Order: sequence, then C-alpha cells, then structure tokens
Amino acid sequence: MINSLFLINPSGEIFLEKHWKSVVSRSVCDYFLEAKEKALEPEDVPPVIHTPHHYLISIYRDKLFFLSVIQTEVPPLFVIEFLHRIAEMIQDYFGECSETVVKDHMVMVYELLEEMLDNGFPLATESNVLKEMIRPPTILRSVVNTLTGTSNVGDTLPTGQLSTIPWRRAGVRYTNNEAYFDVVEEIDAILDQSGTTVFAEIQGVVEACVKLSGMPDLTLSFMNPCLLDDVSFHPCVRYKLWESERVLSFIPPDGNFTLMTYHVNAQNLVAIPVYVKQSISFFECGSDGRLDVTVGPKQTMGKTVEGVMVTVHLPKTILSINLTATQGSYTYDNGTKLLVWDIGKLNPQKLPNLRGSLSLQAGAPKPEENPSLNIDLKIQQLAISGLKVNRLDMFGEKYKPFKGVKYITKAGKFQVRT
Amino acid sequence: MTPMQKLLQLPVNAMNMVKTAQDQMGQQDEAKSPVMTPDGGNHNWYNGEPNDPRHIRFGSGGGDQEERAHLEEGGGSLSSLVTQPLRHDDLKEMLDSNKDSLKLEAMKRIVAMIARGKNASDLFPAVVKNVACKNIEVKKLVYVYLVRYAEEQQDLALLSISTFQRGLKDPNQLIRASALRVLSSIRVTIIVPIMMLAIKEAASDMSPYVRKTAAHAIPKLYSLDPEQKDCLIEVIEKLLADKTTLVAGSVVMAFEEVCPERIDLIHKNYRKLCNLLIDVEEWGQVVIINMLTRYARTQFLNPNMNESLLEEGGGEKAFYGSDNDDDTDDEEDKEEKEKKKTEATAIVKRKPYVMDPDHRLLLRNTKPLLQSRNAAVVMAVAQLYFHLAPKAEVGVIAKALVRLMRSHSEVQYVVLQNVATMSIKRRGMFEPYLKSFYIRSTDPTQIKVLKLEVLTNLANETNISTILREFQTYIKSNDKDFVAATIQAIGRCATNIGEVRDTCLNGLVQLLSNRDELVVAESVVVIKKLLQMQPEQHSDIIKHMAKLTDNIQVPMARASILWLIGEYCEHVPKIAPDVLRKMAKTFTNEEDIVKLQIINLAAKLYLTNSKQTKLLTQYVLNLAKYDQNYDIRDRARFIRQLIVPTDKSGALSKYAKKLFLALKPAPVLESPFKDRDHFQLGSLSHLLNAKAGGYQVLPDWPEAAPDPSVRNVEVKESVITLLERVTTLTSVPEWTKCSSREKRKEKKADKPFYSDSEGESGPTESADSASDTASGSESGSGSEESGSGSESEESNEESESASEEDEEEEGKKKKKNVEKIKARKPVPESESEPSSGEDVKKSEKKSKPRIGSSESESEEDDDSESESSESEEEESEEESEEETKKKKKTTASKPPSKPPKKENKKEKKEMSLLDFDDFDPAPSPSQVTPLNNFLSSSLVTDLEGLSLTENVLSPTTIVPSGNLKTYELLHRITGEGLSVEYCFSRQPFSPDPHMVAVKIQFTNSATSEAKSLHMEDAKLQSGMRIKEFPEIEVLPAGETVSVVMGIDFCDSTQAANFQLCTHTRKFFVSIQPPVGELMMPIFMTENEFKKEQGQLMGMNEITEKLTLEEKCQGEHAVVQRVTTAANLSRVPCGSDKECRFAGKTVTSGSLVLVSVVTKEDGAAQLTVNCEKMVIGTMLVKDILQALTQ
Repeated sequence: MINSLFLINPSGEIFLEKHWKSVVSRSVCDYFLEAKEKALEPEDVPPVIHTPHHYLISIYRDKLFFLSVIQTEVPPLFVIEFLHRIAEMIQDYFGECSETVVKDHMVMVYELLEEMLDNGFPLATESNVLKEMIRPPTILRSVVNTLTGTSNVGDTLPTGQLSTIPWRRAGVRYTNNEAYFDVVEEIDAILDQSGTTVFAEIQGVVEACVKLSGMPDLTLSFMNPCLLDDVSFHPCVRYKLWESERVLSFIPPDGNFTLMTYHVNAQNLVAIPVYVKQSISFFECGSDGRLDVTVGPKQTMGKTVEGVMVTVHLPKTILSINLTATQGSYTYDNGTKLLVWDIGKLNPQKLPNLRGSLSLQAGAPKPEENPSLNIDLKIQQLAISGLKVNRLDMFGEKYKPFKGVKYITKAGKFQVRT
Repeated sequence: MTPMQKLLQLPVNAMNMVKTAQDQMGQQDEAKSPVMTPDGGNHNWYNGEPNDPRHIRFGSGGGDQEERAHLEEGGGSLSSLVTQPLRHDDLKEMLDSNKDSLKLEAMKRIVAMIARGKNASDLFPAVVKNVACKNIEVKKLVYVYLVRYAEEQQDLALLSISTFQRGLKDPNQLIRASALRVLSSIRVTIIVPIMMLAIKEAASDMSPYVRKTAAHAIPKLYSLDPEQKDCLIEVIEKLLADKTTLVAGSVVMAFEEVCPERIDLIHKNYRKLCNLLIDVEEWGQVVIINMLTRYARTQFLNPNMNESLLEEGGGEKAFYGSDNDDDTDDEEDKEEKEKKKTEATAIVKRKPYVMDPDHRLLLRNTKPLLQSRNAAVVMAVAQLYFHLAPKAEVGVIAKALVRLMRSHSEVQYVVLQNVATMSIKRRGMFEPYLKSFYIRSTDPTQIKVLKLEVLTNLANETNISTILREFQTYIKSNDKDFVAATIQAIGRCATNIGEVRDTCLNGLVQLLSNRDELVVAESVVVIKKLLQMQPEQHSDIIKHMAKLTDNIQVPMARASILWLIGEYCEHVPKIAPDVLRKMAKTFTNEEDIVKLQIINLAAKLYLTNSKQTKLLTQYVLNLAKYDQNYDIRDRARFIRQLIVPTDKSGALSKYAKKLFLALKPAPVLESPFKDRDHFQLGSLSHLLNAKAGGYQVLPDWPEAAPDPSVRNVEVKESVITLLERVTTLTSVPEWTKCSSREKRKEKKADKPFYSDSEGESGPTESADSASDTASGSESGSGSEESGSGSESEESNEESESASEEDEEEEGKKKKKNVEKIKARKPVPESESEPSSGEDVKKSEKKSKPRIGSSESESEEDDDSESESSESEEEESEEESEEETKKKKKTTASKPPSKPPKKENKKEKKEMSLLDFDDFDPAPSPSQVTPLNNFLSSSLVTDLEGLSLTENVLSPTTIVPSGNLKTYELLHRITGEGLSVEYCFSRQPFSPDPHMVAVKIQFTNSATSEAKSLHMEDAKLQSGMRIKEFPEIEVLPAGETVSVVMGIDFCDSTQAANFQLCTHTRKFFVSIQPPVGELMMPIFMTENEFKKEQGQLMGMNEITEKLTLEEKCQGEHAVVQRVTTAANLSRVPCGSDKECRFAGKTVTSGSLVLVSVVTKEDGAAQLTVNCEKMVIGTMLVKDILQALTQ
C-alpha cells in the first residue's frame, strides 16, 4: 500500500524519509516539488499526483508536507487519513508537529513510523498501543535516560496489540479519577451583504479528557440528542446503543481523545451570535475607497462574545490603508494584503467600529469584488445548538470519579460577503 | 548545558573510557572525532542546522540522491573529507564495545542517518553482529537497519537469520510475531523457503496476533517471489477461515494483493466477514468493504433492475428510507418481500426481484460504519452503498459524505470528486445538502471548482434560481480560474434546464461588458454553445457579439464569435460582410485559430452572399495562401477549390453549400464526471479517471444469480476456537478478562461491537441470525417511547432525583400534545394505572430498550448480575407504586403534596460537578437512560417548530400539580382542634377568571364534629373582592375536606382579612398571597417572548445578578424553583443556558416575563420584565430567594 513517506518543509527540503518496502529514490519528490512551485498557496497543491511509475499522495499540515509514494491502487482517502494520523501522532507525542520537533526526535519518529506500518499496511495506529511500545519523551525521562543510558523503548512487551480494546492501555492507575468533556461547537455560516444567512450550520465535537483507573465503562447521555443530525464516533463508542437509545456507551481510551463529532440538524435555525454592519466601497473615479465595519452582538443567549476577530483579504490593488478602530487593534500586512482586526470582547453598549480610507494603486481599476470578512469569535459556557449533556454514569469500577462538562461556541468558517 | 551537550555527554565520557583503555588515540584525534567536535558533522543529524552545506544540496538537488549521498559518505564531500571515514570507524567501534549504552548511541546515530536518507550501508557487518543484543532498543534499531539494508547486503544479512528462526519458536507470542515480522521484511531471495515455512507455521499459531503477522508476511513474500503464489493462496485460504477480528483485515489485505481474482475463496467466509466487520480495526474495514463490494457484484442481482417497479411501490420507499431499516429482522425482511412480491405481480408480470439475504446482510452490517471517525471507512461504505444498494436506500450515505466535507482539505478534495460522480446518477440524494456545497472565498481553487461541479450537477428546475443567485456572487470573485469555471457552469445549467436558458443567456450577455477579458472570453465561448441550440431567436445577441470583435483579444473568444456569425449569417445579413471586412484587414495579425475561422466565415458568406463578399473572400484566401502556417495554407487551398467554381473543380463543389451550411447538432455540455462510476468509487483509479496498477475492475451485475448456497457453512462445534480463546486469555492482563468479558457476555446479543469474534461468528450464525434485531416496539416511533417512558419510568425518576420531576412533568405535557398531533399512533398500555407490581415491572422492561432485543433479555435472566439489578429495581418499584398511587390521590382530592419527602431525596443526592445532575454510586446498568428526560426536553425543541395555539395547550395542562406550597391559616391549637391550611391551587378560578383560586383545607382533629364552616365579614382593601367558598355543613372528627375560594387581590400583595366561622366560634384570619401567586401562566413561543420582552424595557425591566446555590445549578433545578416561586409557564428556548417563563397577572392581565440566564460557576442573571413595577420588584426578590436559598 504505502511504499514510502517523505517529510518536506515549505522550502522544499526533504528532511525525513522512511521506506516500508523497497527503497524509492527521493528524486520522485521532484514531481511534487514542481507542482508545489506552480501552486500559489501550499493548499493548492493537488493531493494526488500521477507520475510515470508512482502515485504521490500528499497532505499539507502544520506547515509541513507529508508525501507518500504509492505504487498500486489504494483508496486515496486511506492514505490521506493515515498521513493525518501520523501528524496527529507526532503532535500527541511531542506536543506539536513541526520540522524542529521531528528533527529533534528523528530516531523516535522513525521508530514510531516503523511500528505504525508493516509492509505499507497500518499495523498500530492507536496512540495507547504505540505509547506502550515507545514511551513519549518527558523532561524527567530524558534526563534519566541520559544519565543511565536507558531508553524510551518500553521494556515490557506491548500487550495492547493483542487486546480487543486496542485503544485502552492496561493497568491504568490514577489517584484522582477525573473525566472531563468539552462540548465545542463551531458555527459555519455564510452571510450575505444584507446580513441574511445564506447558509449556516453547527458542527460540534465532544473532546474528552478521561483519566480513570482500571477499565471503566462509561455512559454519557444528552438531554436533547434529537438535535444531533449526524454523528461520527471514536471507535470505542458502541454504535448499536447509540442507534437504539441515543446514548454514548464506551470504554474510554486513556487521556485525551475526540469522543464524537456531530452536525446539528440543518432544519433548526442556527442562532448567529453576532451581526456585522459593513460597507466597503471603492469610488469609480479616483483611487480611493472607504471601509466601515461594525460588529455587534445578536443572538448571544445573554453570554459575552469574546475573542472577536475580523480578517479581511483586501484586493491586491490596495496601496495603503488608513483606519481607526474604536476598540481593539488592527494589523495590516501590505505584502499579503491581510487585514486583521482583533476586537476582543464585545460590549453591547459600545459597539466596536473600524473605519477609514483605503487607497488604491494609481491607475488601478476599481476592484470588482469586495473582500469578504471572516469572523472569529468565542462564547464560553454556551453550546449554541442547545445541546446539553445530561449525565455520565460509570460501571465496572468502584471509585467515584470527578466529572465535568464545559461548553464553548466558536466561529468555524464564518464568512460575511460584502 | 545545551541539548547538544546533553546528547553528547554520554558518548563523550564513554568514548574517553574506551579510548583510555585502548590507549590509541591522542588528543589530536579526539578533537577530530565527530562525536565531540561541533563542526564534525555528526550532530547535524540531530540538530539539522539549515546552514549545513550538504543539507541544502540534498534538499534542492534532483537526480539520484541515493547515489550522491553514497559518494559523499565515501569521502567526496568537501566538508567532511577528513572526518568521514573516521566517523564510521567510530560508530563501528561503539558498536563493537560491550556497553549497551554505547551501542544504543551508535545505533541511534545510524538510524538518524537512514531517516535523513544518507547511506549507512558500509556499517552493515558491524550492525548485524548486534542482532542478538540483549538490550531491547538496540535490538529494535538493529532490526530497522537490517530491514533497510538487507537487500543490498544479502550475504551478510543471512548471518542474522538464525536469530529470527530461534525467535519464531519463542514461547512468547509477541516475540514470535516480531521475529516473523522482521524475517519476512528482509528482502533476500535465498531465504524464501525459510519464510514460506515460517509463514505456514505461524498461520496455525495459537496466538491470533502471530497469525495476523503471518497474514502481513504473505504479500511481502509474494512481492519477493511471485512463484510462491499457489502455496501462499493455501495459507490465505486457511487464514480467511480465521474467526478473529485481529486477523480478518490483514488476511483480506493479503488476499487483495496476492489473489484478488480468487473470489471463490470468499464464499464460505462471506457471512463471517460481514458479521465481524464492525469489530475489525478501521484500516482493515476499508479493505474488507472494498473487497466485499466486488464480491457482491459477482454474486447478487442488481437490486435496481426493476427500477420502475420500485418506484411504483411508494410505501416501500418510505420503508427503505426509514432509519430502522437495518434493524428489521428476518421476519420483517420476509414480510417485505412478500409485500413486494404481491405488488410486483399486481403491477408487472415479470419475475420480481428478491434481494438475497446475504446481500441484505452486507448492507445492514456496513451501515453503522458510516458513523466512523475514519474518512476512508465512511467513503468505503458510501461506495458500497452506491454500487450495491437499491436506489431508494442509497440516500443514507449523503449525510455522512457531507460531513466529511468539514474535514481536512485533502479529504474534501477526494470526497468532492466522488460526490461529483455520484451526483450525476443520484441527484436527489444530495439535493437536501445543496447549501453545504456553497463556496467560500477562502476555499482552495481546486475545491472551489469541484464544488461548482457538484452544484451544477444538482441544479434542477426548483433550485436553479438559488443556484444562479449563488453563481452571481462567484462571478465577482478575484480568482479568475474560478470565474471561468463558474461561467462554464452557468452554461451547463442553461443547456440542462430549458426554463432558465434565457435567463442564463441574458446573464452571460451582461458579462460581455465585464472589464476582465478572461471573463468576457469565457462568456463568449459559452454563449456560442448556447446559441447553437436556438439561434433564430437570438440574432440581437449575435449582433452584440459581432461588435465585440473590436475589443476582445482572446483568440478563443474571437474564433467563437466568427464561427457564430458565419454559421448564422442569414440572421445577421447586414453585419456579417462588415465583420469579414474588418477581419480581412487584421488577418495577418491574428492567431491561427482566428485565421481559420476567418477563412471559414469567408467561405460561408461567399456561398450565401457572394455578391457582397466575393472580393473580400478572394482577398482573404490570397492572404492565407502565403501564411506561415501550413494548416492555414492547406485550408485556404481546399476551400478555394470547393467554393470557387472553376472548370477543374470536381463534383464536390456542387455540394459546397451542403458541406458548409449543414445543420450542426447542438453541443452537449457534459460533466467531466459523467460515467466515471465505471470505476469503483473511492478508488485511486476513479480519482485519476485512469486505471491504476493493481486496480480490480468492478464487475457488472450477473444476469442470473449464482448459487447462493455456496455461502452456507456446515455446522461444526467451535471447541477449538473456544479453547484457543482461553489460552490466549491467560496471557492477557486482568482487565480484559473481568470487565470487558463479562460485559460482552451480557450485551453480546445486540452489540457486535463487543461481540467477540469467536462467539459471534460461530458457524451456526448465518445471515438470518437475529443478532442485531431490535425490539419491535422500538421501530414504532418516538411517541410510543415517550408515552411509556414518562409514565412507567417514574419510579426510576423519583428515586434518582427529585429535581427531574419537573422536567418529567413537562414531558407529560408535551407528550399530551404530541399525542394530539400524532393521534393515530397507538397509545401504549403502560399509560393505564398499573394494577400490580408485576405489571409495573413489565412495562418498565418494555419501556427501556437499554439492552434492546428480546433475545438478549432472555439471556440476561440467567445472568446473575442483571438479576441483582432487577431485584433492586423491584424495590424501587414497590416504592414507586405507592407513590404513584399517592399521586393519583393527590390529583383526585388535591391535598397538599409532599415536600418533606422530596427534601430528603435531595439531600441524598450526591454533589457533582457542573452540569451532571446526579450520579448514583452504584447504579444498575438498567438506569443508564433517563429516557423521559431527554425526550421531554427534546420535545420542547420539537414544539418550537409547531405553532401551538393557546387553546391546544389549555392552562390546566401547564399547572404543575406537585409543587404547591401550603400555608397555615389556622393552627390546630388556636382553632381548638380545627386546623385550616390553604394553598394557591394555580387552577383558574372558574366563576371569575380575575380571581386567584385559593384552596382551603379543613382538618378536624378535634373529637367532635365541626359544623357550619363558612366565612364572613371580609375586610378588604378597596377593589379587592372575594368569592366565598360554599358553606361546609358538617366536618366529622378526624376528617379532612377541601374547598376552593376565589380572591381578587387587585394585583397587590395586600392581605385579605376575613373571619372564619364555625357553628361555635369565629377566627380572624388573613390570606396574604406571595407575589408569585398573583399571576397565571400563559403560553408563548420564543419569538413572542422576545418581542414582548423588547417592549418591556427600561423601567419595566429589572435585572439582578446572582450566584446559584450549588444544588440549584442546572436547568431542571432552576425551572423547578422558579415555577415553584411563581405561577409561570416555561417558554421554550433554544439555549440551555437560559430559562424563560411567562405569565400574566390575574387581575389586570399584565405580562410578566422572567428569564434566568446561567453562566459559569453558578453565576446567573435574572431578568424580570413587567409593566407593574411593584410586582416586578417583588417577584425579583422572591425568585432570587428561591434560587439562592
């Protein structure tokens, strides 16, 4: 399936390679580098490239390209999904996924890759199984290792692979048993010029941090599961029980994991927490334009809207801008023409406003399309869909865990057309 | 200490020791040692400084890097000319030492070299010696090295083989597996026989993990030596019969790589694979699903072969579409077929299609995997449904695919490609999700273009206007490639949908005046295609385009315009010659395609209008004769012969007109994704639209179904597998044995998730096994569940938490409404009062679908654990029964309810964090779902959609009956044995709606009877009125009686004073209403509430911040406390953080609106809007107290 993997940084340097079958010369990456040169943005590089002898499937993530070499038919998503798993695994082990981190832990990354695939077919991709075989680095451990010459490779044999519950490691012990769930909802929306919602939906995710001893069997239920239109689960969740009873029943992995993602029924009207009054105009004659943006709270359910940020890709013909913000501050990069207005908390009494003039390059025609505004925001302690966790029950263990739920609403792909 | 030093510290010290011992190296050499020197180059593997010269060369250089690296290591590099050979010597030395730490360090460096793509092959002899090293990490790294270089150093690699052969016999399964894994990864042809032997042995290993490794080894050996195919197929056949989930994915992978054509090997394992599928790890699932898709295409009949038939049976469609579809058990399946059969014979006299149960099994067992987090699994199921499912069932995949669109952009890219193909065949499937394909300006161009493709495919008469409006936004984009694609898309919509052709055409014509030339050019090209369909109606557009030739420079567009004018020159007889004249002038400067079209135009005009254009044509042809391009010269010569009649011109010139001015068929604007579905969807070949190596063609459905009995498996006892399981389990840690195993047993019947492969997939289990049969009642509908749920689960509720009671009541209210709406749905029996504990239990069982199927229930009874839980339940039920009875009484005679009891319950409740309402220390598994709880609140949201009028929801249904607070009117002592209590019944006072109903309860605890109880001499504030209760003539000793009186408090909290008289005495008493009782609930929708609230701002709004008391956090508690404090009704609200209530004052009917917004850590904000400010202020005070006490 997957023949080789190359990690490539944005400047085109190949800094790690791993082969699971016969070695493929790294010159194969030239096809990819060529495509990368052509693309304006790294995201524009086609994920699948056909070369005379190989197929290259790549992802762009965390400013790195993960490029895999394929020789025969394989579902592209299979490879893409796996490449993302590699990135997640690096993130999970070292706290971030970046070139420096990979270079600093070259050997460990290589060992992990060795365990994850066998002959190009995924073997162990569960974080818990991997961690049993190769322990993630901690400061203490690396000091100890340096002094004693011991290593991160687990000396006990990994039994996780044998288990029918590969995602949970054996013999977990905690003094404080805790289970926390974060319900994070993102509003994806497109608003048109007049503020009417063209399209809006809510995408949610339940992130869990479960630190429970032994082998707990948890059941999480919602007050209003009928809100959930479409869901996807971590493999630990029992599908059938969800279908029949609409509860999440699972033996959790140890530590942090994404329990489920969901999509809220599109038929329910989505509450849009902010409104944006904007006018961006360019004068037909002369080389000037005006920008005036006001953001105000709309359906916030009485919560404060925080972390509000407006991002605008101004047209390429803009020469300079001169704006004043009544609240927060704005930054503008003349190279990328990116205007970012960081507002912070929304105060309903005094609405933040950004206005001023835009000057165009002399002689440049009036831009045809006004740039759309991308909004970022955050509302604590609110799941905008109204989803509510009802209760969490634990079976199989005697102790009483601490439990907690947190709700956050964020803007996802929230765009205002102008 | 820098990390660098830290890393180097150990080897430095160690090196020193080695060196002093050997006493060979001088100070000088040591300084040169790359281990120590910062410029030696060694550290580059660790730190990777970008200024390292080699590094940069590697990054940017093309060609055979491997070779170049080799040269460099060999001493070719300038920077490491001296140190290079030394470095490898150092490493060798470290490897030869007897210190594990030194070896480890050396191995780490070597592996880092490999990872960087540098050659370390000359270290092979030194490394391979350590293959038997005791240190596990050294060993692992040696394996890594060995696998990488064995191919290049075959002879030396053989030295390591014996180690692995020993490893294959190790008692520990993990060591056996690891030995096999490395052995099979060594690509050395000489060891093929050894590998073959090892694989065969491992395939019958006790441990499933070793067998899995054997399955992995099969493709490795096959790629090394394809000659072994036949032997390997035998092993595959053996492993395919394996019954563990661990092996299934890997062996199917091997099957796909080695012998995908041997579909016959699958027959006997088909049902097992279907049943195991859900428990196989996710990567294996993908492979199995893809393989089974192919299998099904060869073995079953096309479910859509009688498409007309399916469409006729409308009822069936609904059946298929329903979510419970996969829960239908076999009987239902049969029924369904029966039904279909009868219908079929009624409609068509063809042989009806009957789905093979195995086909159904596959569809049913893959469906839950649409919920997988793994995009590849979802895609695999989606393609399976697309290729195999009856048309009406395919729809279920749309939702999941649309979900994937939220994922990473690469995933989106692949999914959109597949959606584009699917949307051509099954447009209806994605239509509801049209808006999910709307384009954002931030999408990468490739995604934008694909979304556009999908939008175009989805366009039809009903949604075209929305789509076109959306397209209009896109046309303004700065991304010109995308704009061009949009114009193409508009063109395609116009050709496909006749109704909008003119609109589109007009829109495109408007674009002709766009400033951007590319946009204009693209529009011209598209308009040309559109005009070809009905040219006669659009001569003015052609004229307009003729004018454009002056400005437009894009060759393709110019060529298109010229062609158009030539083709329809009869429609523009005046303009055409003029255009030709202009073109003749610029001929020499035009692009080739334009020149060809000029010649073309000239020829056509010459044929139709030779008088005006003869000279022009000749001129053009002469110019063309001397053109540089031979194509153009040829064309000119050819046309001249054809159109200009000369003596020599042959027979063809007679037909010149026919040749040039023949009616040309209008072009069909087709999607590039049309017919791509002959490739299996989700495959690489489909994405590339070209067959990739190793692609297995998706076969067409067979004409007649092959014999289904090949899939039958003979029954034999799986004792061996059971034994095996025991042996494996003994080596598995505690936890797997106790908890999960027990659970598994308990829940096996309906949860393949848990079901252990061996047990589940026993040979007796066929497709017909009701393994996931859901209870019949469940398939009914939600209303049924809600009915039985709320009533019979009361017992649970009560014992669990009292605070939920309120919620439950609300549930009842809603339920009533639902019942009204869904009147045709059967009302469950459990509604009726349970006559005995037995009954309650039964209904309880029925109402809780917790463990689902009836089959599992019978199993459970044997289970000791569930038995005990059952008995627990019984206890609580007895209690609950009493309580229910009490409740009935309450509603009958309306005595004060039982607050003290509730109080106790609350105290019992455990403290919990945040929103979890409670937690039972050891709840029985049956109490997992407080069914009615979520139902009630879900119904609240349901109801939001239904505009309920007030008369549907009459006030009586809103009244919370259990929460009434009683006040003392007359104490037993002062009343000389007569005690009087009153409460505000919250019922409307029927004689006068402006009065508050006060229920007065007399209890005669004296020994003698009281007579003639009545009231008199009311002392009232002005405006207040009293409606007396009817006189009670006799109240026997020990008896209690209740009466209702009405008081109009005039919306004030002034007390109503009056005298209570018996036949012997008079007592002065007074009733002072809490402000909350001066109002009555009204029903409002959320919008009405907001509207009304908006009108009651300023002075009429009182806001108070508060901190909720711990027990009072959470929605129920708040609702309960507020409704206890004031007679208000809940207003539905989209947020769970806000509770809203509405009511109006009894006398004047002024609105009272209350909202409680909860925040973090129990902080909350209370807002009361009321026209009557006094009432508002007092109400705030009361509610505050209720919420914070």
